[in-house]
Amino acid sequence: MITKLPPYASPLERVWHSAYLLFCAAVFVFLIGPILVIVPLSFNAEPYFTFTKEMISFDPDGYSLRWYKDFLENELWLFSIKNSFIVAIVSTILATSLGTLAALGLASSYMPYRTLVMSLLISPMIVPLIISAAGMFFFYSSIDLAHTFPGVILAHTALGVPFVVITVTATLIGFDRNLIRASQNLGASPTTTFFKVILPLVTPGVVSGALFAFITSFDEVVIVQFVAGPEQRTVPLQMWSGIREQISPTILAVATLLVCISIALLTVLELLRRRTERLRGLSPG
Amino acid sequence: MAEPIPVSANGAPGTPGATDTPDDDVSSLKARLRRAERRRRLTAMLLVAPLFAFLLVSFLIPMGDMLLRSVDNWQIPNVLPNTVERIAAWDGEALPEEAVYAAMAADIRAGKESGEIGKAATRLNYEVSGARSLFNKTRRRIERIEPPYKAALIDIDRRWGQPDIWQAIKRESGPYTASYYLAAADLTYNAEGEVVAVPEYRQVYVELFIRTIWMSLAITGLTILLGYPVAYLLANLPLRYSNLLMILVLLPFWTSLLVRTTTWITILQSQGVINDILVWLGLIATDERLQLIHNKIGTMVAMTHILLPFMILPLYSVMKTIPPSYMRAARSLGATPLTAFVKVYLPQTVSGVGAGSILVFILAIGYYITPALVGGETGQFISNFIARHMLVSLNWGLAAALGSMLLAGVLVLYLVYNKLVGIDNMKLG
Repeated sequence: MITKLPPYASPLERVWHSAYLLFCAAVFVFLIGPILVIVPLSFNAEPYFTFTKEMISFDPDGYSLRWYKDFLENELWLFSIKNSFIVAIVSTILATSLGTLAALGLASSYMPYRTLVMSLLISPMIVPLIISAAGMFFFYSSIDLAHTFPGVILAHTALGVPFVVITVTATLIGFDRNLIRASQNLGASPTTTFFKVILPLVTPGVVSGALFAFITSFDEVVIVQFVAGPEQRTVPLQMWSGIREQISPTILAVATLLVCISIALLTVLELLRRRTERLRGLSPG
Repeated sequence: MAEPIPVSANGAPGTPGATDTPDDDVSSLKARLRRAERRRRLTAMLLVAPLFAFLLVSFLIPMGDMLLRSVDNWQIPNVLPNTVERIAAWDGEALPEEAVYAAMAADIRAGKESGEIGKAATRLNYEVSGARSLFNKTRRRIERIEPPYKAALIDIDRRWGQPDIWQAIKRESGPYTASYYLAAADLTYNAEGEVVAVPEYRQVYVELFIRTIWMSLAITGLTILLGYPVAYLLANLPLRYSNLLMILVLLPFWTSLLVRTTTWITILQSQGVINDILVWLGLIATDERLQLIHNKIGTMVAMTHILLPFMILPLYSVMKTIPPSYMRAARSLGATPLTAFVKVYLPQTVSGVGAGSILVFILAIGYYITPALVGGETGQFISNFIARHMLVSLNWGLAAALGSMLLAGVLVLYLVYNKLVGIDNMKLG
């Protein structure tokens, strides 16, 4: 095991090895520390962004829920939460259904210009957001879609699609085509085959693609700045203007709640991954 | 879906008593196979078609629109049609003829009526500074002037008596222009119509592109430096430990970008956690708190944090495929740990480093949110200037030109990435 050195290791190797583990620990702290720091800070009783004396001495008076209360009583935040969910859910449904169909087509070896089509379908993920935002703003304005819900949903669906295509295609690569033949051989119609055989097998890919699409839309702040109007204000947009104008610890409360959402999504994904691996017999479980 | 396997009703080819000749049978089999293949190709295409059509409208056409806008020059030929027609005959040396001035007066009158003249004025203002005020002034007095228009216009403003505005109109009279791209590369036309660099105090974009590339390279380097050892650790730990540690990589990856940027603002600001700790440790005095944010340091730290998972994950998936016995073999053959690492392990991870680097670099050069929030004046990227031209200065042509240049760079890198990794092998999470 990498954390233990063999008994014959030289002193230099030992020093080097400890330094290496220390370095890795530091990187992990760097990765996760900032995210963990904001959680206690969001319970700060004072409007500061640092630990007060009361907080460090674990005095209950140093902690409060005032920023959460502030968040829940603020009309603008509640309005933007509603908008965020509307946009994210509709665009996730659209991206998932369109993306899954396309991935099924792309997985077929008969698909002409496969690589080219795939690169085009994935391009919204590669093109810098500011460029997509500029192009969408120009074009959507000219067809009266800017500053409307359909416009924002259209844009977010385009951003979510590559994730669905990639995850579902990845599932289909490990897919045993003989199962389709077996199903047809046993008399199933193509529709039955799709719903009874193909869909259950690709579901983990579809779900993780959908989660990616959801979080992409839920977290997106560049395109909404251009395509959304005041009526489509989403949580990230509200956070963005909060950070730019006057940063209050309410933002930290929102951030903490968003971290909880990420943890929930991550858990679902991890469970899905384990299920797939177990089904394919790749992992001991 | 799958065609039923054609079973010849009249037995195997060549069987005595078969009515068809073997040749006919083979060709009909071929025809059926072709038909089946055609149908499958059609099915595949039909499955992809809805998404393709959707992306065409929601994404690809908008991209085309932006590319077009970076060269579009409709304002001058459409708002000043008479002037454009007359000025074609002008030699560009001395002042134009009376006919050109008369055409300009007519165009300004028509443009005042339609309300479009301001657009042409704004467009010309990008070529000749002061053109907008010149047009505004002239527009207000256009009803009162009489022929000869040359004298009348020069009387309104003597700038009509200088050749530069006329040269700009003559040069930009076509439906397309290169001047946004020239502006985006800090270039301009001189009086002779040659392309020259703009005066030094107005040079912005070349330096900005260089800064964006330089900082993105630095961030890529930092993510390799921090990510490689961690990926190695993750790849070589037993699964139950590495899965646990992997969560520490994946959680930031899944956390909102704005949340991560906010945390860095909280931590790095002068009243923030880092400065507080340094003061508490007595390393710095209260009045000399370090400026860690709203500059290059802030951008670099926050972006390295945000992009690090994009380096660790591809590295991990490559390192996972390298059997540990290779290193053991190298050691048992007498290599020192360093030699074994450099000669045996490192070469096998080059593809992972390449994939991760291109991914991180592509993401970094297009970054907008983080530099805008933590970058201050000196930590801004090219994207921030695109946004500024889109939202503040409203010079959409220049925004489109800058965007197209950035897009071209990203697409080239995407092609390299595609060659190196293959988009089929792209993995998420």
